[in-house]
Amino acid sequence: MSIKKKHFERRHLVEFLMKTIMRIALVIVAGALGLILWTIITRGLPSLSWSMVTQIPKGGYYMGKEGGILNAIIGSAYLASGGTLLAILLSLPIALYLKAYLGDSKWGDYVRLALDVLWGIPSIVYGAFGFALMIMLGMRASLLAGIIALALVTLPIMTRAMDEVIRRMPVDLEHAALALGSTKFEVAIQVVTRQMLPGIITGILLAFGRGIGDAASVLFTAGYTDRIPTSLMNPTASLPLAVFFQLGSPYPEVRERGYAAALILTIIVLIVSLGSRLLASRLNKYTVK
Amino acid sequence: MNAHIQAKNLNAFYGSQQALKDVNIEIPRNKITAIMGPSGCGKTTLLKTFNRFFELTENARLSGEVLVDGQNIYDKDVDVTEVRKVVGLLAQRPSPLPMSIYDNIAYGMRIHKMKNERKEYKAAVRHYLEITGLWDEVHKRLHDPATSLSIGQQQRLCLARGLAVEPEIILGDEPTSALDPISSQNIEQRLHELSNQYTIVIVTHTLRQAKRLADHVIFMYLGEVIEAGSAKDIFNHPQHERTKQYLEGQF
Repeated sequence: MSIKKKHFERRHLVEFLMKTIMRIALVIVAGALGLILWTIITRGLPSLSWSMVTQIPKGGYYMGKEGGILNAIIGSAYLASGGTLLAILLSLPIALYLKAYLGDSKWGDYVRLALDVLWGIPSIVYGAFGFALMIMLGMRASLLAGIIALALVTLPIMTRAMDEVIRRMPVDLEHAALALGSTKFEVAIQVVTRQMLPGIITGILLAFGRGIGDAASVLFTAGYTDRIPTSLMNPTASLPLAVFFQLGSPYPEVRERGYAAALILTIIVLIVSLGSRLLASRLNKYTVK
Repeated sequence: MNAHIQAKNLNAFYGSQQALKDVNIEIPRNKITAIMGPSGCGKTTLLKTFNRFFELTENARLSGEVLVDGQNIYDKDVDVTEVRKVVGLLAQRPSPLPMSIYDNIAYGMRIHKMKNERKEYKAAVRHYLEITGLWDEVHKRLHDPATSLSIGQQQRLCLARGLAVEPEIILGDEPTSALDPISSQNIEQRLHELSNQYTIVIVTHTLRQAKRLADHVIFMYLGEVIEAGSAKDIFNHPQHERTKQYLEGQF
């Protein structure tokens, strides 16, 4: 018997080929990420300054003069937080209703399909929809309208994430706690929540990360302004639009600041996603797989 | 017989399907009772009526009485959480709660507010881990997740967790069927030790396990109790033809 590898045998060649294709794909993806980071860091870092994150635009900022994009940073924080909060208020009840009443029934499948379709709709469409709605209601571009549009974008992502977590809840766990004489409320608060919280928090932060970087949905709805909003009815700036407007400028120094704004946005998204990973792995320690 | 549990005229249905037919039995106090019978004979259903787990199944209906110490646990004014505190359950597969080893044991004591101080909880957790032979294996990692234990250890943890709420009765739904032989033996050993303080009722598939453990045997077939009595009598002198056939391994 020969146990030596026959390199030119067909099945070994196929495996080698497939492995190579996978590796190439991996290199392309990792390379793209690396290039994106390299571009915004090398072009953005030089013009990133303290004043950029602590000041709002002053006169002539968009022609290369003094100021910063604090208005967009705060605006984006408001928009994404508000949108996420609103989406939680809507998606948690939907996810619980799916679990408790629809389950894996036909209607449950329809609702999940609808959510998946909503997930796939480009955010510019949500923006346009929000804009049409605003005109009907006689509203103007405002923080509130932006929050609503963002909530619509993030709602399907969040609901489906929660739905998956809730569906994966092992029924044995509830029974184990009931067998010890727990009330159903104690089971819900002390056992079910512990089991599901990590997944739900991950879903929320995922949606937050998606929301804060979305430009198209806030383009028509939140507007753009140099001021920091003081009420829900004020229009507000946002980081993705700050990137967009500055990159479109004919002034090179303003374009460089566009890259700096992109760098800030990327850092925020990175912190949120790394933070959610860390939090989830800590909370996940005790969950039952 | 000093009966701890009695079932009187017990009929159970899942939808239109009858799972228990007019069951009348007595389960002796502080002994191990084994419920035997082929698959689908209603053993697990009978067991589930003893801690009111039966009603967790959808479309489940029940008529008749289950008396624990003479009190019908299906009476309207009975608190189901108290029933389940008195009648503990060791499930087929261990299902640790999503908590640390320590908290798994302390959980039941906490919800029933059985202790006042941390010191008392600590002592009690240690006590129940010792009873189930886990203390030496886990005392250095009490705050690790319970899921980090082996399946056999998890089942002993579940036993300790159940004992911690101070039940009088322990139900076992094929409690060793998911375990390896050594872990099974370990659980059997624990149940044997516990049987002079607790009334133990186990459902079992394996005849040999029933022979090893049981003081009292209930044999069921198609939802009916065919024969019940002391293990000695049933195994040596079965009265009923069905029981004989089952003991001879004919089905």
